[in-house]
Amino acid sequence: MPIRTEKIRKVAKKLLNDHRVDVVIGYKKGTIPLKNIPYFAKNAEEADKLVWDGNCRGNLASYLSRFNDKRVAIIAQGCVSRNIVGLIQEKQINSDNLYIIGVPCTGMLDSRKLIAAVPGEITEVTENDLYVIAKGRGFEVTMNRGDVLSRNCDRCTVRNPVLFDELAAEKVNEQKDPVRYEKIKAVEAMSPEERAAFVDELLSPCIRCYACRDACPLCYCPECFVDKSSPQWCGKSQDSTDVLSYHLIRAFHTAGRCTECGACEDACPMGIKVRLISGKVEKEIRENFDGYEAWKDLKTQPPLTVFKRDDPQPFVKE
Amino acid sequence: MEYMRLNKKNMAVFIEELGRTCEVWGPVKEGEQVKYAPVSNATDMALDGFKNSTMSPKEIFFPQSEKMLSFRREGEDANIYRDEQAQPTKKAIFGIRPCDARAFRILDMIFKNDQFTDNYWFSKRDATTLVGLGCTEPCSTCFCTSVNSHPFDEKGLDVLVSDLGEHYLFKALTKKGRELVAGISVMREPSDANIEAHMVLRKKAEDVMTVQFGTDKVKDKTVLELFNEDCWTGISEPCLNCSTCSYVCPTCHCFDIQDEVSKEGGERVRNWESCMTWIFTVHATGHNPRPTKKERVRQRFMHKFKYIPMKRNGEIGCVGCGRCVALCPVNIDIREVVKQMNS
Amino acid sequence: MKNPYLPYPVRIEKTVIETEDRNIKSFKLVFLNDDDCKTFDYTPGQFAQLSVTGKGEIPIGIASSPTEGDHLLFTVNKMGVVTTALHNLIEGSIMGVRGPLGNSYPFDKMKGKDVTIIGGGYAFTTLRATIVYMLDKKNRADFGKITLIYGARTPGMLLYKDTLAEWSKRDDINYNVTVDRDAPGWTGRVGFVPAVTEQVAPSSKNAIAVICGPPVMIKYTLPVMIKLGFTPEQTITSLENRMKCGIGICGRCNVGPEYVCKDGPVFSMAQLKEMPQEY
Repeated sequence: MPIRTEKIRKVAKKLLNDHRVDVVIGYKKGTIPLKNIPYFAKNAEEADKLVWDGNCRGNLASYLSRFNDKRVAIIAQGCVSRNIVGLIQEKQINSDNLYIIGVPCTGMLDSRKLIAAVPGEITEVTENDLYVIAKGRGFEVTMNRGDVLSRNCDRCTVRNPVLFDELAAEKVNEQKDPVRYEKIKAVEAMSPEERAAFVDELLSPCIRCYACRDACPLCYCPECFVDKSSPQWCGKSQDSTDVLSYHLIRAFHTAGRCTECGACEDACPMGIKVRLISGKVEKEIRENFDGYEAWKDLKTQPPLTVFKRDDPQPFVKE
Repeated sequence: MEYMRLNKKNMAVFIEELGRTCEVWGPVKEGEQVKYAPVSNATDMALDGFKNSTMSPKEIFFPQSEKMLSFRREGEDANIYRDEQAQPTKKAIFGIRPCDARAFRILDMIFKNDQFTDNYWFSKRDATTLVGLGCTEPCSTCFCTSVNSHPFDEKGLDVLVSDLGEHYLFKALTKKGRELVAGISVMREPSDANIEAHMVLRKKAEDVMTVQFGTDKVKDKTVLELFNEDCWTGISEPCLNCSTCSYVCPTCHCFDIQDEVSKEGGERVRNWESCMTWIFTVHATGHNPRPTKKERVRQRFMHKFKYIPMKRNGEIGCVGCGRCVALCPVNIDIREVVKQMNS
Repeated sequence: MKNPYLPYPVRIEKTVIETEDRNIKSFKLVFLNDDDCKTFDYTPGQFAQLSVTGKGEIPIGIASSPTEGDHLLFTVNKMGVVTTALHNLIEGSIMGVRGPLGNSYPFDKMKGKDVTIIGGGYAFTTLRATIVYMLDKKNRADFGKITLIYGARTPGMLLYKDTLAEWSKRDDINYNVTVDRDAPGWTGRVGFVPAVTEQVAPSSKNAIAVICGPPVMIKYTLPVMIKLGFTPEQTITSLENRMKCGIGICGRCNVGPEYVCKDGPVFSMAQLKEMPQEY
């Protein structure tokens, strides 16, 4: 059994057996290859179903606020731990009742990259820290793990949890100065017309299922602006302006808060690279606020939530 | 002439000749998606390695957003709703999978009841001939045989086509289907071996598609027994309450009606809507009969496996296409859900 | 083929502010086309979708009785986007009506029986229609003793005050209108609907009771009904759920296998016992 899974089960079982927590939020093995299911283990027997591998995509922090009346343990890699910091800062969860089982992470697999890289339907995937092997009827393809990582994971610089009670493995080496924003920079260089056409095409498959929103731990509003009827901020049809409005406004709401966990992009059933939009906002924050990256510690507040006398934007003072 | 044969080399002729009487549609690759769209020649179609369309083809007859009525602000007919439905174009769709055709049949029962007929659905549906393609290699997410269907199910189709390699074998099933086949000059009488090959393919697909769950106990239990099962909490726990399952589903048909305003007037539009969302049921008072995700998740599965069968002669409201299994962001697998309902 | 989604154009002939909080308004509507008027063949208990262009549709119970003539009466509580827009329309405005929709009160079962009508708050609309219908000269002999128990928070919150005044003078209806607490100038009953029901004690023998009102009123009235001997089959109510199409297609309003818009909105308590409480 992979070391992280083994340790997670051990810690989870102890926490549950000792009645330190009521539930451990993690993943269990999915019913199809390349998918795991968020899982809520409530006793030692259930804790034995917990797993950790390259298919623990999504962001478990999204589930936390629903357990505010319970004592909860959660399995968190770097990005998820940052979202937990965010939820604590934004007073959405009670940190007193929280136990974080931190997982130093080696990145999640991009299921779409894997599916595209093989000649048929994948029926089995095995992986380690270096390689991923995809098998199907009549084929077996070995790939470098680095080549099939999720787009957000391959440039991640916070693989180790920033907040945890216990770690499920030795810390991993952090990546230094990865190449970022290639595509976003290319879009920035476009003419306004080209850029509009690019965004139009990017979002044309959108079916407004809101999986990107619902998978995002930042999107905890009880009533989202797109659902409001009075006033109705956004039309509900497939009109491209309404679709664009939804994505742009949501992206703005993530400003200074996005941890680049990639849950939005992973959730999209249509494979839309929605991070190209929120990534632009994140890039602006990074460039305008001294390289700020959201929620790497409990003290530092996101730049848009604090006011400083020496803020560079003069409009605030005018 | 129950069966006719078409050499694949003649697909261009087939599409050309068919195109003289109607629009021809087929599976087309569009970015990462496969969808049904008009084709002008055989090479437009993404039939190589074709499994099924990403979205269900229900969108052809029931678009995600559809104009229903219009109105003007000024003039003699100010504030009077007008029905301006255009006559839909006649089309033939090649490559519809049997599961999706079966879904059309279920939606036919939904969009028409003893009192009312939804013309928006039927005008387009009636103007379309469905040329289905039997599934020789079902996906691992497919489960049509568990919901009373089959990889070569003929129900809902006008023609069933079998891919014999060098040839396609056409089996006309309805008057519309017979007319379509008769109108193509390059159709040939098949050999006995062709028909035999079709039967072998059919059997092979059937053997791959083992029945994965039963629905007998779901049928026997009362609404309230199923409704009050303990399983719903666990099933709904991972759910994000997004609308992916509903929107990719070929039988989900719930919709919202909205007025969209423009400068001179506006339109009444219907948009797909999903029972997974909180706003689906919330009253104007703020009261919500399905306040948490447990109630909403339960509704979707109860609707498909209990309510629809109760009201539509036992027909199950799921055709086993597996789209929701493949695309659910958190892997809520409908097969596992029904197993729990049926335990 | 007729498009069931197309509203009939109607003109607002008259509006009446019903309640002292000015939140509830009645609309008397007249069809623009005679043909539409003939097609709109309804029975009390049914509802219709009211349309305001650019705002949308809202399902509202029909408060008039077909015995009253060709106009339609709707009483609307200002609550959301469409109802607010409706309240802002002036007399003479053109709007849309789609219907009649849903089943009706079971008049076939009510015939030859005593009928008790219990209502509270602004849910009195289709009950008004029912009483007007039963009291109509042509229909009155079809029904036994008619008992009305209707309550509101204050006298100023009672709907249809003129109609109530007429009924109070009749001897062929047992008239019991009550308010929650005593008020200056009020000479009628004081007390909550369940308590008044207990005092009035309508007989359950060969009788049907129709109860519509806020959930809390229904909750406390039902035990009284059981005490009075009304079986679930004899006790009728009308449900409300969020709905869109109104014709049993769009899937919005189901309670278990039943669509409130098409199989309802009228259900007996016996039916509701078999259905999930999702309303």
